Amino acid sequence: MARRGLASDANAEVAYIDTSETVIELPGGNVRLTPELSFVGGFEDLTEATRRPIYRTLNAAGREIPGAVLPHPLGKEDAVKMYSTMARLQTMDTMFYDAQRQGRFSFYLTSQGEEATAVAAAAALEPEDEVFAQYREQGVLLWRGYTLQQFAHQLFGNRHEPGKGRQMPIHYGCRDLHFHTISSPLATQMPHAVGAAYAMKLQQARTVTVCFFGEGASSEGDAHAALNFAATLGVPVLFVCRNNGYAISTPAHEQMRGDGVVSRGPAFGIPSVRVDGNDARAVYNAIKAARQIAVDGCRPVLIECMSYRSGHHSTSDDSTRYRTSSEMRSWKARDPVARFRAWLQAAGWWSDAQEADARRTARQGVLDAMDVAAKEELPPLGDMFSDVYAGPGLPWHLQEQYDETLSLLRDHPELKPPGMPMPPPSSS
Amino acid sequence: MLASQRMNTVGRSQPAAARAMASSRLGGRVSRRASLQVVAAEKGKQLMMWEALREATDEEMERDPCVCVMGEDVGHYGGSYKVTYGLHKKYGDMRVLDTPICENGFMGMGIGAAMTGLRPIIEGMNMGFLLLAFNQISNNCGMLHYTSGGQYKAIRSDNPIIFFEHVLLYNIKGEAGGPDEVQCLEKAEMVREGTDVSIFTYSRMRYVVMQAVAELEKKGYNPEVIDLISLKPFDIHTISQSIKKTKKCIIVEECMKTGGIGASLSAVINESLFDDLDHQPPEQ
Repeated sequence: MARRGLASDANAEVAYIDTSETVIELPGGNVRLTPELSFVGGFEDLTEATRRPIYRTLNAAGREIPGAVLPHPLGKEDAVKMYSTMARLQTMDTMFYDAQRQGRFSFYLTSQGEEATAVAAAAALEPEDEVFAQYREQGVLLWRGYTLQQFAHQLFGNRHEPGKGRQMPIHYGCRDLHFHTISSPLATQMPHAVGAAYAMKLQQARTVTVCFFGEGASSEGDAHAALNFAATLGVPVLFVCRNNGYAISTPAHEQMRGDGVVSRGPAFGIPSVRVDGNDARAVYNAIKAARQIAVDGCRPVLIECMSYRSGHHSTSDDSTRYRTSSEMRSWKARDPVARFRAWLQAAGWWSDAQEADARRTARQGVLDAMDVAAKEELPPLGDMFSDVYAGPGLPWHLQEQYDETLSLLRDHPELKPPGMPMPPPSSS
Repeated sequence: MLASQRMNTVGRSQPAAARAMASSRLGGRVSRRASLQVVAAEKGKQLMMWEALREATDEEMERDPCVCVMGEDVGHYGGSYKVTYGLHKKYGDMRVLDTPICENGFMGMGIGAAMTGLRPIIEGMNMGFLLLAFNQISNNCGMLHYTSGGQYKAIRSDNPIIFFEHVLLYNIKGEAGGPDEVQCLEKAEMVREGTDVSIFTYSRMRYVVMQAVAELEKKGYNPEVIDLISLKPFDIHTISQSIKKTKKCIIVEECMKTGGIGASLSAVINESLFDDLDHQPPEQ
């Protein structure tokens, strides 16, 4: 620190600087001085040696990696539940995707290649941990008990759908399961997660908030803001980045030039780790350990799960237009579900017979759920106008619009969408 | 009743993801949307507007531990316009939270906190800065109740409010009501009853209009002046009653003409009250 003192001339107070200082005291802490001029952090510095390594506990074939650090070893019951959920998720995704292609509903988005990330992360959390997801985390819902029927209702947008058919398919939301409603614009959920974690801190809860986002979403301003706020304000939130290699057609190396998303955590003072997102056991351990850090220290943690988006971005995408089939084939061979199954079967915790049964049950479950959902009525006309404002009744301007629409429908019943119930004779 | 502490203006904004609803606990005073309680220690005490805002915030924070304030410089600094002066000492730096600079970030944070049970007051400091938060305000704050299918109804029965304060009005003095006075934010306010013309205005222009009215009175006119208070939705009942009476209408505002509040009001009046307006332009 520059030491100041009075000069020998008592008429003037003159500051003098200690010329032997080697360190400057800044508000955040001491910083060393250097005579060197060097620029660090350019992408050319990134090499195999300098990139953050990926934590993994099972090899590509699902065999134990000797010496893998396992603060939370997986027991048979949890492992079997995780695997069954992943298998059911994989089957559900395939069948719902195909159903969309057949025109049964308007849109779908699979989590193929990322089943381990969502399910294992959910398994490592407590049921009351608040989840703010992006849109590719249906595995979390499935783990928490959202049924195939509930999924189907949302996709068909019928009267049982909690969102009342107001959003596109896959925009699930379930407060009972602490899974907040999906919103399409990317990364908007990240500041929300920080706010919810702040509420937990104020209320001194022992829960955490978990925020899922893709590596593409990490480019958004909201992502930066959320990380910085969480760190400076000290709130218990897990930021789980699904780095699946693509944001629609944009590959990760065009989305960012630094070392992925994990490298940004330390810049904000956030403890960060990079995990093999296709190793369910590694994800489970990393998230569980991260959760402990967040709860004990009331602070954020960043976990970057490396995986691969095996499927197209959505039913509106054809990814063969921007990636090679050999690349897709090589990653499909690294199926995280098959890998975890190999480990389970080697441990004697799963069998081919159980596999066949699980897949058959899931397939039938999805078919039945879709048949039921397709027959249900759509939400009533009134649901188009309600809930814009909270509170009983509609404000005058919406009541006017509803009355007008109702009147039009009565004069022209042929305009009524099939499946929507005809409104009752008297307007509500 | 709030006299000249007008709480809605342009130029500076203090949006709230949710306002504490003291009135919802008073029974019989429930309004569908937010009601702000303005408190003074004794009825009839003269306060400046920023002091009244501060007292109201203090009152709400005292009544409800879920109410908190977040934004830039609201804590130890007491707020750029002194509206949170001293609150940080009283409630601590978790409930009067200084945030880093990112309007969309802390707006989103406030929304997330409101989604999970708090009643945050988000301080946007100024209208221009608030535009940076527009994504969170319009796509999320305004829509979440609807897009979730009403799933957030269980936590709160109130709507998010954006509350505009005009920076040039902070130092105006006026009389505050007693501790139980509430102002309904859904109804327009009849500032001056009249018969000749309906003047619709809001924010700082209300004061400018009243100055003009003083001149109009000298010339023998009897204008009706209505402060809109609720910019969305309009209090169509008060507006239409006035136009049916006077048959003439002037809108006075500080706003852009395209896509502004006055433009919306003009459209609504033309659509639903066209036949009530005189088709002779008033004499200049």
